[in-house]
Amino acid sequence: MDQIITAVVAVVGVPLVLFGYIILGERVIERLPESLQGWIRPYFWALPAIGFATIFMVYPLVKTVILSFRNNADTTWVGWDNYQYFFTFPDTLTSLRNSMLWLVFYTFFSVFLGLIIAILLDRVRYESLAKIAIFLPVPISAVAASIIWKFMFDYQAPGTVQTGTLNALIGTVGQGPIPWLVNSTTNNAALIFVGIWSITGFCMVIISASLKSISTEVLEAARIDGANEFQIVRLIVTPLLWPTITVVGTTMIINALKIFDIPYVMTSGAYDTDVIATQMFRQLATSHYARAAAVGVVLFVAIVPLLVVNIRRFQQQEEQR
Amino acid sequence: MSVTTTTRETTGARATVSTLERLGYRLQRLPLHLVIAIFIAIWIVPTLGLIINSFRSVQDMSSAGWWTVLFPPHGFSLASYQQVLQTENVATSIVNSILITIPATVIQLAIATMGAYAFAWMKFPGKDLFFIVIVGLMVVPIQMTLIPVLQIFKATGLAGTFIAVWLAHSGYGLPFEVFLLRNYLGGLPREIFESAEVDGAGHAVRFLRIAVPMTVPAIASLTIFVFLGVWNDLLVSLTYLGSSPNRPFTVVITQLVTSLGGGWQFLTAAAVLQMSLPLAVFIFLQRYFVRGITSGSVKG
Repeated sequence: MDQIITAVVAVVGVPLVLFGYIILGERVIERLPESLQGWIRPYFWALPAIGFATIFMVYPLVKTVILSFRNNADTTWVGWDNYQYFFTFPDTLTSLRNSMLWLVFYTFFSVFLGLIIAILLDRVRYESLAKIAIFLPVPISAVAASIIWKFMFDYQAPGTVQTGTLNALIGTVGQGPIPWLVNSTTNNAALIFVGIWSITGFCMVIISASLKSISTEVLEAARIDGANEFQIVRLIVTPLLWPTITVVGTTMIINALKIFDIPYVMTSGAYDTDVIATQMFRQLATSHYARAAAVGVVLFVAIVPLLVVNIRRFQQQEEQR
Repeated sequence: MSVTTTTRETTGARATVSTLERLGYRLQRLPLHLVIAIFIAIWIVPTLGLIINSFRSVQDMSSAGWWTVLFPPHGFSLASYQQVLQTENVATSIVNSILITIPATVIQLAIATMGAYAFAWMKFPGKDLFFIVIVGLMVVPIQMTLIPVLQIFKATGLAGTFIAVWLAHSGYGLPFEVFLLRNYLGGLPREIFESAEVDGAGHAVRFLRIAVPMTVPAIASLTIFVFLGVWNDLLVSLTYLGSSPNRPFTVVITQLVTSLGGGWQFLTAAAVLQMSLPLAVFIFLQRYFVRGITSGSVKG
């Protein structure tokens, strides 16, 4: 009951407090001399947002970098020790390798399938209905998606009834059941597939939106010149969609590096399925803060190039405004 | 969609449309429909299987696959739902999820709108730099912030409380929201704000009476995303709430998965309950949903 009251107070109270902050603050600022007003007002308005960003993102970022060079109790500097641990310990190296696998396969297939499905659906009448089907996993949480696929990959000993859809399916062609999530040759692929399955709809929607903006005249001209559909897709559509594909691809790379929920829920990182983010969480949960910080920094360093790309793109857009 | 269909129809009309040719055209397109059907099956069947399984008894589930219900005896049962709701923490955690999600959404959107207004309609030194930092923060993995923020929460006694996750979600969500709303607000016609200024309206009036009402479409799309993002979140709650009684549904489900033999059989029902809200939101507010995605990622 107390919790509900707190929540209601927060929902009503926060906008009210901000409302009061604006009204009262503006009253005070309007009394100030003209020159001072221009100085103070913008900071007054941006203060809550900047404050939140500083406390929850900027300060922790700096702090994590510092912590990664210190011992666990945060009392002395230890140089590169935490990083040395990360790059020599077999378990963390496995997580690094798996994150690379995610980076390559998750990014490639989610964008590629998104593109293919967008192009295919563009040619049929039931496009909007089919899109809903492909998009359905996007709003579903990674936790629920993991459980959906845990049942799909379910394994029973050979000779017993296979209740998992995949093993029952391969059983119909005489193939014995495969422990998908335990077998180290299939488990990473299985997890990455679940990731692709949940995000392809997202890629498809964005690529499809930009596909609709390609002028029909260009495609018509190509058809008159005798180009077949494959040539049109490869030589005209894909190059025209390239800017969109790179934007979606960048987002997918960031997703791939941050991926946490799917491995955590489906295997808890067991059987060599750990990724950087689950590895980091394990260090954190076992109070190895300094090591966890170093893992976090490795993740961040991997994302920095994309951060630069994003800022560049933003600056280009600003120039066009 | 209309784009290619119309071109195809016009070229088709130019050719002589004999029934034989039309049949040939249909046959030619059969592989296309087949491939699409396979894709749709892969993307629909797993979810459907889970939903069907959630309405079967545990014995049925372990003796035959979900597809057997397609033939009689169907054997539907609500036992999984009854049992999962009686399982310790589950019912509470659903309430917790709501109590976490709504305030977290309101707090961050209120603050973001106000900040976005400053970035869109005010001039101040350091504005461009601040904004570039915000653009950069959009991609910073939250893993980079977990340890120091956890330490702050522990030091202030907030760890394990709703307030901790409200604040943390707000901090993590703000960069993207400020970015998106600032672009939207900045696109509003300058004349409206100027004429209001001439009429003597201060910034408070211009913000509350003009900017906010005109930004409602953007705020609506954003609300859906933020709401679902928080509802579906695992990592933030897992880190700051852990095993506290305030933990949300996603965390409890995850703990049921990892605790071997605990409540594995009822997970189907739990997962269906967890995803029913996002699916309902998506189905009923589809237009906002898709608009939000396309405007958010391919801007400009």
